[in-house]
Amino acid sequence: MEQKTKIHAEDGQQEILITREFDLPLELLFKAYVETEFVEQWMGTRVIKLEAKKHGSYRFETTDPKGNKHGFNGVIHDCIPNQRIIRTFEMEGSPFGIQLEFYEFDELSKETSRLRMRVLYESVAQRDQLLKLPFTQGINMAHNRIQDIMHRRSG
Amino acid sequence: MNLRRDVFQAIADPTRRAILLLVAAQSMSAGAIAANFDSARPTISKHLQILTECQLLAQEQEGREVYYSINAKKMKEVADFIEPFRMIWEQRFNKLEAVMKKYQSKKS
Repeated sequence: MEQKTKIHAEDGQQEILITREFDLPLELLFKAYVETEFVEQWMGTRVIKLEAKKHGSYRFETTDPKGNKHGFNGVIHDCIPNQRIIRTFEMEGSPFGIQLEFYEFDELSKETSRLRMRVLYESVAQRDQLLKLPFTQGINMAHNRIQDIMHRRSG
Repeated sequence: MNLRRDVFQAIADPTRRAILLLVAAQSMSAGAIAANFDSARPTISKHLQILTECQLLAQEQEGREVYYSINAKKMKEVADFIEPFRMIWEQRFNKLEAVMKKYQSKKS
């Protein structure tokens, strides 16, 4: 299957490029980022605040299966409808620092659009740590699963 | 100090990446590899040692020379490490697309 989402992370740089093409008109793709109703649906998060405008800010909150709440927030530096969003992103209480995110929205045809995200991290080390996170978690999850199976067998 | 080596540490250095590119084309002796760089021979030897410890390079003795070749399996591990990160984004974007498509069809 063709990979719709492309990730580009150059060695030794503190940014990540994420590109994705959507079977959606540009307006709908943009709406998904600026309207509370849609952000909540696709991100599976509660939107506490979302001012999609210049000098605006946002705060989201998710609740994990254990009932712990996790906050995300940032400042919206620029927001030009159907063109671009520039914002910061912070995972509250995490060691990953602040990210600066550039979103570029492009129309490819009447029914298709593209999003290009450029995410800048505070340092190369921080970027690499974040990139490896799902990799490490994946390994841990596999380990836990093995442990579960082994426990069940011995129990 | 004996630092634990991993492949990501190995590819963090530009000289080591250059060595990997060189050896990717054909297996080479340490001398032939060193001839491609301005760095002192011991420096290149150190890089080769690190790459070998990380199993990105495989060593083979041929007469008096040690030949280095690339370990494709380990290199794939490097290429794959970004894949879980990509998958997370793929899932998120798929969800976005599905949510907005539903909204679109309701509207029309």
